[in-house]
Amino acid sequence: MIVMQFDPFIIPFNLGLYFILIYVVTRSIIWFRELSRPDKLRLQRGFFGKPFAQSLKEIFLESLIHRKILKTNLRLGYMHMSLAFGWFLLILLGTIEADIFGEKHLNAPYKAIFFKFFNPDHGKTPFEAGYSFMMDLILAFILSGLLLAVIKRFTSKAVGMKKTTRLKRLDKVALASLWLIFPSRLIAESLTSGAYTTGSFLTGTLGSWFATFLPAKEVAYPFWWLYSLSLGTFFVLLPLTRYLHIPTELFLIFMRNSGIRTGDKAGTYSEVEVHSCSSCGICIDRCQLSFSAGINNIQSTYLMKSIRNNEDTNDIAHNCLLCGRCDQACPVGIELSPIRMIVRRARESENKYTNTWNGYFRSKQSLPAPKPAAKPAYDFLPESNPEKADVLYFAGCMTHLTPSIKNAMVSILNASGLNWSFIDEKGGACCGRPLMLAGQDKEARELINFNSQIIWKSGAHTLVTSCPICYKVFKESYYLDVEVLHHTQFIKNLIDEGSVKMNFLNKRVTYHTPCELGRNSGVYDEPKEVLRHVASLEITGFDDENSLCCGGSLGNIMLSQANKRKIATDVATELTKQSPDYLVTACPLCKKTLAPVSKSKVADISEIVAEAIVTPAYTKKNSQQRKKKSRVSAGIT
Amino acid sequence: MDKFGFTISKGRQIDWEANNREIVDFIIEREPSLKSCIECGGCSATCTTGNFTSFSLREIHILLKRGENEPVRDIIKHCMLCGKCSLVCPRGVNTRNVVFLARQAFKKYDSYAV
Repeated sequence: MIVMQFDPFIIPFNLGLYFILIYVVTRSIIWFRELSRPDKLRLQRGFFGKPFAQSLKEIFLESLIHRKILKTNLRLGYMHMSLAFGWFLLILLGTIEADIFGEKHLNAPYKAIFFKFFNPDHGKTPFEAGYSFMMDLILAFILSGLLLAVIKRFTSKAVGMKKTTRLKRLDKVALASLWLIFPSRLIAESLTSGAYTTGSFLTGTLGSWFATFLPAKEVAYPFWWLYSLSLGTFFVLLPLTRYLHIPTELFLIFMRNSGIRTGDKAGTYSEVEVHSCSSCGICIDRCQLSFSAGINNIQSTYLMKSIRNNEDTNDIAHNCLLCGRCDQACPVGIELSPIRMIVRRARESENKYTNTWNGYFRSKQSLPAPKPAAKPAYDFLPESNPEKADVLYFAGCMTHLTPSIKNAMVSILNASGLNWSFIDEKGGACCGRPLMLAGQDKEARELINFNSQIIWKSGAHTLVTSCPICYKVFKESYYLDVEVLHHTQFIKNLIDEGSVKMNFLNKRVTYHTPCELGRNSGVYDEPKEVLRHVASLEITGFDDENSLCCGGSLGNIMLSQANKRKIATDVATELTKQSPDYLVTACPLCKKTLAPVSKSKVADISEIVAEAIVTPAYTKKNSQQRKKKSRVSAGIT
Repeated sequence: MDKFGFTISKGRQIDWEANNREIVDFIIEREPSLKSCIECGGCSATCTTGNFTSFSLREIHILLKRGENEPVRDIIKHCMLCGKCSLVCPRGVNTRNVVFLARQAFKKYDSYAV
């Protein structure tokens, strides 16, 4: 006889479950509709192609196993994995269990979740007992992770993290309901098992112990209610809290694998990214503002939280070095710096959603809209008349502030024998990057146009710059038909061609990778190869992606000089541990920042190279020629 | 020529009553380092914009501190935010943020007009 298996305690769970399912479907339809046309096509193509399989693999590895977190931090990774993968297994195997052992196939979800309540006798035959053992094992797996989570909440050091994220009130309620889910399941199942003498090593043992002093069957019932209630509460609060990352991360992975990127305007993708942040806090430990300057409220996880909660993000967005260390470490792969730049570009954001219930459906986008256009600011810039040359050298503001780098570059360019010209010898306009970093793209565009004209008119095919800040903007935001080279790449080319002979200097050097050159532009190898060519380069442990920011970054407009100095001191200490002859960098701003706090001498790579260049034997004739050549190329006639 | 070629020149004293320190207060609240400026002019000497115009951050600081905001309103937009001034400042004033905040302040107090 088939009995209708129902009990009122399942109602909270069912309400929550159907609510969240309907919510996620509606939300994804809204998100899809807000996508730009090209992105829609990308997503459609991705859905029926190779990216789909890739995404499934990534979802398994990242959303369930949490491979990247495991790599960064084993204990934190275990915590995330046990909760995500364990819960997934519990649902999957629970559904199979209900399907095999239940009174019929294809059950409603609650049958799987509350299987024990409806089938208290289950677990008597050896096969059933084996299955129960597996289920108990998974529950134990989850509970071990939960224990770590509880400990982390109180002492974050226990899971190997220095800092953990602070929460808002609703997050706390959701967190409490999440924490209650598994212990209440454990107790409810144990009590029922105790009453019917079923259950495996965990629920069975605990249950029979409970049964010795409790009327197990009667006490079990309220715990089944608690289990259902905590599940329901968690589902209902999920869209308002950081736990929305559980469903949105799946979308993020699909979108990313389909080729969608953040771009420079707020849109569906950035919105999905913001909601995919699980507040794991890995970015906090990576942030130099946190571990050197003691600033602990501006990290990317807090930026994501502020955007989600529609708080004023102005201060958080601007107090950041934009060094990209967090982008590199984010286990979800959120493009954190581009999102920060979107916020900077936008007008001061206002607190729009004070009502909690509005949080479920925001009007269009929670990231603020871009600024309207203004009248030109740099119309004082003169008409330019550059001389013709093959190679242009743009020193940039910062190189002008460090004349030794400028002089070194002039001597390298002279030694190269190329037909070159110094376009901002008498001080040109800025490249535009500092304005962009401050979110003032419109103004930056004016400077870009001004510099572009000079470059076009000169008819050059190569542009060399000794500043990574300029390099990045020339490379990415100028629409030029010239090859843009950072001076390290240029010198590397000279070495490869053999056009400039260099001595090997008997010097030990360490290399500091500038953020704008390394993480932000992907130039890691050329500077190191150049250095290996002229000196003995030593490894510091802060190489390539793991390099530090000197602290002087123009990305941070708010940081005080004192804090900049703290960061620079820490960096200089780390990089001069082996007391090298030179701490070499490839950025005039890094040099300027590190020089006052470093034990070793700080030099730009060009200075080292200029020192190493083999000068031809001195004769009166070639000295005059050289002088003339440099005067001509420098434009002094 | 009833004045024989002479005119009575306008008063040159600072009229504190008429001046408005809203802008500088907004800046100092967010960037207190401005208070330690000694008006040495290092910032003006190194300025990129100064290559092309008479733009002087020192002058701007003085005008803002006096509360004479009007001449600053348009001039402040000429800054390219390159940040050289904050690197040369002997007093550690975050001059780049001063300009950034001044622009924000002018936008915020846009209704203010002489």
